Amino acid sequence: MPQEYRLILKHADQPGYTPDIECYLRHGGYAALRKALATAPRELPDGKKLGPQEVIRDEVLKSGLRGRGGAGFSAGLKWSFVDRRSGKPIYLICNADESEPGTFKDRQILHKDPHQLIEGMIISCWANDVRLAYIYIRGEMPQGARLLNQALREARAKGFLGKNILGTGIDIDIHVHRGAGAYICGEETGLIESLEGKRAYPRIKPPYFPAVLGLYMCPTIVNNVETLCHVKHIVELGGAEYAKLGTPNNTGTRIVSLSGDVKNPGYFEVEVGKVTLGEIIHHENFGGGLRPGRSLRAIIPGGSSSKVLKAGEKFKLRKKGADGQMTQVEADLLDLPYDFDSLQQAGTMSGSGAVIVMDDTRDVVDVLANVSEFYAHESCGQCTPCREGALWMSKALHRMTTGGGRAEDADYLLHIAQNIQGRTICAFGEAAAWPVLSFVKKFKDDFVTRGKADESARASGVVPTAHH
Amino acid sequence: MSNVVTPAPAPAAPPPVEKIRIKVDGRDIEVPKMLPDWQGKPVPTTMLQAVQIAGGEVPHYCYHPKLPVAGNCRMCLVEFGTPMMDPATRKPVLNEDGTPKILRSVLPYEPQTPRGAIACATPISPGMELYPSSPATRQMREAVLESLLINHPLDCPICDQAGECKLQEYSVEHGQAASRFVEPKVHKPKAVDLGPRIILDDERCILCTRCIRFTKDIAGDDALGIVNRGSYNTIAAAPGRQFDNNYTLNTVDLCPVGALTSKDFRFKMRVWFLKETKSLCNSCGTGCNIQVGSRENVIHRFEPRENDAVNSSWMCDAGRLNYQWVGRSDRLQEVLIRGARSTWTTAVAEVVSRLISAPKGSVAVVASARQTTEELYLLRAIAARHGAITDSIPREGEGDRLLVSEDRNPNSQGVRLTGIAYTEMGIRLPEIAEGIRAGRIRTLLVFGEDVTQYGLDAELLGQLETLVVSDILPNATTALAHILLPGCAHVEKRGTYINVKGRVQRFMKAVEPRGDARPEWEFLAEIARGLGVASGFSTIEGLFNRMAGEVPALAGVEWAKLGDGGVTVPV
Ligand SMILES: Cc1cc2nc3c(=O)[nH]c(=O)nc-3n(C[C@H](O)[C@H](O)[C@H](O)COP(=O)(O)O)c2cc1C
Ligand code: SF4
Ligand code: SF4
Ligand code: SF4
Ligand code: FES
Repeated sequence: MPQEYRLILKHADQPGYTPDIECYLRHGGYAALRKALATAPRELPDGKKLGPQEVIRDEVLKSGLRGRGGAGFSAGLKWSFVDRRSGKPIYLICNADESEPGTFKDRQILHKDPHQLIEGMIISCWANDVRLAYIYIRGEMPQGARLLNQALREARAKGFLGKNILGTGIDIDIHVHRGAGAYICGEETGLIESLEGKRAYPRIKPPYFPAVLGLYMCPTIVNNVETLCHVKHIVELGGAEYAKLGTPNNTGTRIVSLSGDVKNPGYFEVEVGKVTLGEIIHHENFGGGLRPGRSLRAIIPGGSSSKVLKAGEKFKLRKKGADGQMTQVEADLLDLPYDFDSLQQAGTMSGSGAVIVMDDTRDVVDVLANVSEFYAHESCGQCTPCREGALWMSKALHRMTTGGGRAEDADYLLHIAQNIQGRTICAFGEAAAWPVLSFVKKFKDDFVTRGKADESARASGVVPTAHH
Repeated sequence: MSNVVTPAPAPAAPPPVEKIRIKVDGRDIEVPKMLPDWQGKPVPTTMLQAVQIAGGEVPHYCYHPKLPVAGNCRMCLVEFGTPMMDPATRKPVLNEDGTPKILRSVLPYEPQTPRGAIACATPISPGMELYPSSPATRQMREAVLESLLINHPLDCPICDQAGECKLQEYSVEHGQAASRFVEPKVHKPKAVDLGPRIILDDERCILCTRCIRFTKDIAGDDALGIVNRGSYNTIAAAPGRQFDNNYTLNTVDLCPVGALTSKDFRFKMRVWFLKETKSLCNSCGTGCNIQVGSRENVIHRFEPRENDAVNSSWMCDAGRLNYQWVGRSDRLQEVLIRGARSTWTTAVAEVVSRLISAPKGSVAVVASARQTTEELYLLRAIAARHGAITDSIPREGEGDRLLVSEDRNPNSQGVRLTGIAYTEMGIRLPEIAEGIRAGRIRTLLVFGEDVTQYGLDAELLGQLETLVVSDILPNATTALAHILLPGCAHVEKRGTYINVKGRVQRFMKAVEPRGDARPEWEFLAEIARGLGVASGFSTIEGLFNRMAGEVPALAGVEWAKLGDGGVTVPV
């Protein structure tokens, strides 16, 4: 029976569990940090020697942990790219900007179990020779910032943080920085600019790869809240043991934020790949199904920027069998395992883990207009294709939802979106273009029909044109 | 760039430049692995530079070789390919004909769609192939142009930038005829008063941030920024701030479109009517290289001219706007002898005869460090014949860390090197005053300075037997002249200045002198000839070369060798 597997959220919702350090310590808190600091050096079979910090980094690599912020990039690999020879300080930044529409998982940790994040961060700092780390928290979460600051004070008072942590002679500190309310501050290089006190204009890569030229032009690691929490559990379990959770190449657990037209919206922590999209929506342990009398229309599987999946779609998935052979299997939409690779093979992504469900009462033109308005509002406006294209698409969709549609608008929208993706400074370009590309391609009839209806209504004088 | 002519110790052989082989539009080419960035620091060569070396051009808006790279306009997107590597052997995979197999760049999530890279910021690597004119590249460019134009007011016929506008130019070359855009345009502020010298039309702005980067990273001023977000982004001065540093007008030059305009220049003149003359700014000792824009003998603007040994591509606002006086109506335009209109022939003969009859030691010369080196040289030669005391007037102000020199004279080094004042300028003025008072000095030649302001007051000047004055504008000294010789603004003649660092630079004539006025070197040469001190040059070239033969610091320098950027001499 598909069910939750609570690793990160093990305690968070237990009755009586509080965000203070005493409660955390009662539940075994900071034991992983002590274990990490006591790590013994290790000699590999090939004779290579690993220092204690390298051992932790190696465990994270072996755990198969993939970033929970959106791109699903291997955390261990990201850490391995850090320029450790520059002589400059290395920074760690926790991305707590959680702004992708549909996503509400990081805030559960921040509000209910802040010490878990802090412990994960201290271990990550220690493993990466970081002396100063930041938590960049979304401006709209003032309570989270207060709790974090309180938790940091408690951790300092107990000697887990600050000068000479736990008698190791090593100083590590963490500061909280509040954003001022822009989605683009979640993009890691925009975040870095913002942290430096500037407008959150994402940086061009090359040359500004954070691992080399990040915060203050120093090597920098940016990881999501949930990702950093997993580090604690990897230390506790060991990388190999952790990797047994979830499925191969899609290890561990992740928190799914479920919203939209389901009976039981909410967040659920599951083993990655052990639960299907259909189960997340329909199973009584999760979404509990659609409302009575409704049928599924579409699913946005990984936050509003991921490509929409249409009810009834079928996909060809490549699967690695037990014998190591690749086989192709056909999967219905609802049978897609909710993991990184399956959704990628289905042409979309699991992104931030936010599943948005739409039933047959939803008009896709209206939905897309709503999504596009968000991206038009949030484009930082730095680079031409996104700055101009995001608002252009939103204006066209607004026109379509106010009686000004044209039959040609479907192609018009595809033209605009096609000229954004892959041509921008940051991945926001994709985030703005993908909803349009996927909605219009998969629901083309809806767009054309709507446009034609508007055209004939205008021709017969029934409806006044909304524009011009 | 700098052409030092001093006999330098035998230079060590320059290190060999490391080269990379790449292909540009199918043509093999070798380019340096590293090239200087905007600060001159060697960094990996970019795709844009490589295409330029191959003789092509990548259209661009935000990129400027003298500014930090922003990569925001996306106009320079170029399709490219890289050699395919065998993951096992890490060796290039070869085609059947033995050539390396090239992987064209594609979108990772949509392998049928080419992916461009911004040429302005993407380094090249060995074996790379660039396709700056492929259909995919052209399509990306067209799309960026289309985006830039959807919210643009398209008011070229009334725009000051017409003729110098990159949006206009690229639209003709790379644009498509019809835009698909049918939505209402974004409206933004027009005619924004950014500061005392700059007006901004935000609707024409393409948000390339050149103006912001220049102001912040070159001028060191954070007055400019962007307000609002997305398509509503708007360039603005910080709240409560004026855009008012001494370098604001450079942003007008940098602005690729007609968004930033100079209050001084806007609507005055269509740029294609302007004649352009290579010249120098003479408002301080830096000697910024400039281009004078004039039409029918009227100067309309000064613009900086690139010279990396002097001013990079910039000039200060004060220097740029210091041209209006050239057209002043009270310019000295007549040769006067004791207040009566005369002719050059008479006046030159009169000066010569007075000087010939002047006893040795009875003549003094006050020259100006705003005069050309050639004029100073001639004055020095004339003075030497009479054993005359010579001096000049220092002019000092506040300097800055970018261009402006504390020395507000353009040619103090010329004054020093020609020997008008070997050491500090102005220290011999009291000696001249004393000489006049004591009756020893009976003849004074004053060029381009109002000496009544520097201790030689009207009463003292009244005691002279002969006061020869040459100047451009009237002042208390010119009013007292016995013989008044109207001179020229530097834009009305040719000559050289030597800047504070010893850069010898020449300037050309942009407009005709007013009335009877003549270039000082011409009539000084006639006087010198009359006195028999120097002869044989009726051209500025001849005069310069003769001077270079006599002034030790200028040894080996020739007029022709000065070129457009000048030559550095030891000072
Ligand atoms: C437009 C945009 C917004 C983003 N917003 C967030 C965010 O709110 N939180 C987050 O963790 N990552 C966000 N990301 C992803 C980050 O850039 C970055 O990849 C991530 O924080 C890395 O952490 P991870 O490797 O642990 O996932 C965003 C990316 C883009 C392009
Ligand atoms: S893609 Fe959009 S959000 Fe990203 S830098 Fe460009 S304009 Fe800003
Ligand atoms: S005003 Fe001109 S230079 Fe400044 S951002 Fe706009 S277009 Fe670029
Ligand atoms: S810095 Fe000096 S030479 Fe340059 S423009 Fe200004 S005043 Fe003229
Ligand atoms: S020139 Fe603007 S992105 Fe390269």
